[in-house]
Amino acid sequence: MSGAEFVPLSLTPMLIGIFAAVACALPGNFLVLRKQALIGDAISHVVLPGIVVAFLVTGAVSAWPMMIGAALASVVAVVLIEAVRRLGRIEPGAAMGLTFTAMFAAGVLLLEQSDTSAVHLDVEHALYGNLESLIWLDAVGWESLLDPIALAGLPVELIRIAVTLMAVCAFTWLFWRPLKLSTFDEGFAQTLGMRTGWIGLALVIVAAIAAVAAFDAVGSIIVIAMFICPPAAARLMTNQLEVQIVWSVVFAFLSAVLGYVLAGYGPLWLGHDNAVSAAGMIATVSGMILALAALFAPCRKRAGAPAH
Amino acid sequence: MTLELAANQGAVPTMPNMEESPLAIRGMTVSYGQKPVVFSVDMTIKDGSMTAIIGPNGAGKSTLLKAALGIVKPLAGHATVYGKPMAAQRARIAYVPQRASVDWDFPTRVIDVVLMGLYRELGLLRRVLQSHRDTAMACLERVGMADFADRQIGQLSGGQQQRVFLARALAQGADLYLLDEPFSGVDAATEKAIIAVLKGLREEGKTVVAVHHDLATVTEYFDRVFMINTRKIAEGSVGEAFTPENLDIAYGGRLATGQIDQLALAAR
Repeated sequence: MSGAEFVPLSLTPMLIGIFAAVACALPGNFLVLRKQALIGDAISHVVLPGIVVAFLVTGAVSAWPMMIGAALASVVAVVLIEAVRRLGRIEPGAAMGLTFTAMFAAGVLLLEQSDTSAVHLDVEHALYGNLESLIWLDAVGWESLLDPIALAGLPVELIRIAVTLMAVCAFTWLFWRPLKLSTFDEGFAQTLGMRTGWIGLALVIVAAIAAVAAFDAVGSIIVIAMFICPPAAARLMTNQLEVQIVWSVVFAFLSAVLGYVLAGYGPLWLGHDNAVSAAGMIATVSGMILALAALFAPCRKRAGAPAH
Repeated sequence: MTLELAANQGAVPTMPNMEESPLAIRGMTVSYGQKPVVFSVDMTIKDGSMTAIIGPNGAGKSTLLKAALGIVKPLAGHATVYGKPMAAQRARIAYVPQRASVDWDFPTRVIDVVLMGLYRELGLLRRVLQSHRDTAMACLERVGMADFADRQIGQLSGGQQQRVFLARALAQGADLYLLDEPFSGVDAATEKAIIAVLKGLREEGKTVVAVHHDLATVTEYFDRVFMINTRKIAEGSVGEAFTPENLDIAYGGRLATGQIDQLALAAR
């Protein structure tokens, strides 16, 4: 494929897919180890009512109010999950399931009641996102990457997810030790003076920010898949957290690239005319990588000491 | 009378030897839900001693330790470490949690766990230098685990895991060592190795406090005893406190009379 075709049509959706996948996979590593993987699922669902409320309040489909609405909804959800878990004395998974289905349903109802049909906001968009449409019309080829005028026309979603990815990387790098220590041994971490409650909350908020930024571009399906599949597959590749993180980024990257290409060309190769949803295919590829890792990866067996 | 009121009345603000005590607990009350697990407990650990916290299952032994460390939020009461609030003295405390409290499938190696003990020195971003690794290796050497430094922690036996936890506490270079059931589910060789290390610490003038559940080894391993069953039952040297009367109160008939006499005889 020539640069003249690839750069305007495929480069930006691909980059957005990669950035979104990596931004979700990084905090996903810790969520999976903390047995909180479902929280990614919860966040990506509760984002919907947040966005709808932000739209109703501001009356416009603009990114920042929606991001803030979504972030607020995530925090509300986290608080609700904790409240349900403590007051109802039920396991966290059930509390999450209860909270996110209820909030997602509320979002769907709000969406129907409000006059949002005219604007680009619907349930389908919330699920699959709109990756294929995030093209870069100002580009004419690879040379556009150096052209300030063309660069000014980059889809705003790309800038947003790139900034989010940088923030997620910075958070992971800066708080690596507290994250690792408090995930492994919370009680010990507390005796060192670590505020483990705040670290846990910060992790969930960073995951929420990644989910919201990714949701904006690629919908919630990718978000849910990327929080779990690349980290879970990476865990099967190694017994060292540092290496696991690298593998999870590799798997997220592979899912995004392979998924995008397969969605665009796979059906053509099979003799069909239409491409399929890139978001759906990226999530599917990540699931297949996890399946392969579960079958063939080197660290599948837990050689742990016998339980007492 | 509400629980809070009762607990506050039980609290004694100061006691003469609180200042120099490595760990002084006053009026500590903790409850999970409605029922108090630890009720208005005072404890004064003697400097340079080795104290066993004993009591039946569910008596609040671990909870008392966790409340003193701030891991569990007490309803009332407070703890001081060498005369100052716990939060100001973290560098002087090393804590060994129950082995079963963590997930040993966590993807990390033995040496990395021991390096966690150097966190207060390393902070967020300081690089791990060879000197840090040497310290960690020396601690592993001390518990007889140096050959396992690069093993994944999930590949260790229960006893080996416990030794790695102890090595991490040694790396902290503390003055007060608090251990939660260090001998639970470990092999005999490990038990010997751990007690040797703890006795070594005492010889260096450090203070050791361990939640302990094997009454048969109390006299052999420890010089002081703190007996608890929600409330404090007794505290003192093994000879003073480890008596048939106290054991009978603490365990409330759960020990056979013959067993109690035997234990107490051993204490004499």
